[in-house]
Amino acid sequence: MAVMTTEPPPSATRPLTAESQGEKNPQSVFFLVLLWLSLAFGILVLVVLIVTTFIDGLPRMDLKLFTNYTSQVDPSNAGARAAILGTILVIVTTAILAIPIGIAAAAYLEEFASKTSRFARIVELNVQNLAAVPAIIYGMLAAAAALAVGLSRNTVLAGGIALALLILPVIIVSTREALRAVPQEIRQGSLALGASPMQTLQRQTLPAAIPGIATGTILALSRAMGEAAPLLLLGALVFVQFDPNGLLSGFTTMPIQIFNWAGRSQEEFKQLAAAASILLLAMVIALNAVAIIIRNKFTTAR
Amino acid sequence: MSEPTAQPADTTLTASPVDTPGESSVNTSPSTTIPRLDPIDAGRITASEAPRAVITATDVSCYYGSFRAVNEVTMGIGLHEITALIGPSGCGKSTVLRALNRMNDLIPGTRVTGTIAYHGMDIYAKDVDPIEVRRRIGMVFQKPNPFPKSIYDNVAYGPKVTGMKVSNMDDLVEESLRGAALWDEVKDKLKQSAYGLSGGQQQRLCIARTIAVKPEVILMDEPCSALDPIATSRIEDLMLELKEDYTIVIVTHNMQQAARVADRTAFFTAEAAEGHGDRTGHLVEFDETTKIFSNPADSRTEDYISGRFG
Repeated sequence: MAVMTTEPPPSATRPLTAESQGEKNPQSVFFLVLLWLSLAFGILVLVVLIVTTFIDGLPRMDLKLFTNYTSQVDPSNAGARAAILGTILVIVTTAILAIPIGIAAAAYLEEFASKTSRFARIVELNVQNLAAVPAIIYGMLAAAAALAVGLSRNTVLAGGIALALLILPVIIVSTREALRAVPQEIRQGSLALGASPMQTLQRQTLPAAIPGIATGTILALSRAMGEAAPLLLLGALVFVQFDPNGLLSGFTTMPIQIFNWAGRSQEEFKQLAAAASILLLAMVIALNAVAIIIRNKFTTAR
Repeated sequence: MSEPTAQPADTTLTASPVDTPGESSVNTSPSTTIPRLDPIDAGRITASEAPRAVITATDVSCYYGSFRAVNEVTMGIGLHEITALIGPSGCGKSTVLRALNRMNDLIPGTRVTGTIAYHGMDIYAKDVDPIEVRRRIGMVFQKPNPFPKSIYDNVAYGPKVTGMKVSNMDDLVEESLRGAALWDEVKDKLKQSAYGLSGGQQQRLCIARTIAVKPEVILMDEPCSALDPIATSRIEDLMLELKEDYTIVIVTHNMQQAARVADRTAFFTAEAAEGHGDRTGHLVEFDETTKIFSNPADSRTEDYISGRFG
């Protein structure tokens, strides 16, 4: 014990409040400020966009926007009725086409395909590449497909096919992510009880992945909702004065209607375009809210 | 009669085939009532002489890709017995356990050579359905893995998916939960999520879920390693009860656990093969638990159980 009289080690004499540490040194502060500015810029642009659109569109946010058809000559009485119904019909068609195929493809790739097989790897690579293909290419593809089966291009069905092709890769990728997040123990527990791989998928893995699948799928659908390019290429009508009444009916959608109104010279049509933009934004937000509700419902159920 | 000591130690896997009844009786202490179980001839032993082997493994090697994880294991699993597989990490005991109900199939690149016979039927034969194998040979995992469903649905899941003819599902659920000593704790909250249970309760739920499909054999892969001592002791008591109706194979790192519950114990170890660094697991000794723990035949077994390595 007598030899323990030496001084404490040098590190003990150093103060714990060294000013060059933590996030107080100039470099850190500079970088932090940069991060904040980036965030502020992003939000600011969005806020300015929404606020100006609101100011422009507010005079026309009336009932006529919902109930009236568009008009060539009378912007004050024109409405987006055909576009609203068209959007809903096309998106429902898209969902019916894309969701089952997308989930099935993802389930195959994730749960059944051999990870080492050449076929599965090629499919996987292609799915990833397809997600990066420009939207208008899908319009051309759907147009060609419609032509091949003798369908007229500017129908709800052709539009639904184009948008379904567009979002299919996104649905596949997000569904695979959701399936991958399901613990392996769940699958093993099910298989160890004598369930078949298909029963395990249907009764355990897919239900457990629903929150993730719903989120990814609905975000993909809201992207499709705002898409105009492939539909324009299909020759979707810009002037519709009737309700779309089926899969083979002509149609217009909100983005196309907005595109058409924004191109007119009269100031009132520009107001109308702003009002329709707000409406489209509200529709997208409503769809995303559904995704959040589904996610919360299924996550708390556990 | 051939000379047993002529065989190299690592191929003398277990109660040697050349054991004579005389030797056997010498080994059996008065407290031991378990007759010797010869793995290779187990199928021929009549019920009056010895417990019948439910599963016999003969020269079983398991591979992950080109890596041989387990080399030439030969052993028998006695009916209504608890067989413990012990040994240091990486010795292949879990691999052997998973080979017994073809859970290894689920890992790509695994391969099993040799023969694993369940009541004399080769479970790796071409026409055997692994799903059918797993229905007869259930499994409880290391980490409790209840499904994200209610307690009731966790138990009812197996009978439903396997298409069991169940006259009254409520009765089966109750019977299974009673069998797993969980009924009294959960009878008032059957519709609640299984995730609300404690770890020990979850593991007993997993056992209830397994016995609900009425398997003959239950494999347990370190079932208590995630549990505290009290929960562990309850699971051990449960295993001794379940032994009356089921055959149990348990992998454990806990030697006291093996000593407490197992009728027979197999000691595995892993040794680097000559020429390369991959460690291949193999069976060193397989015998009655009392013998393994009191008078092991192999010095490596003695070193391990006395805590000198592993």
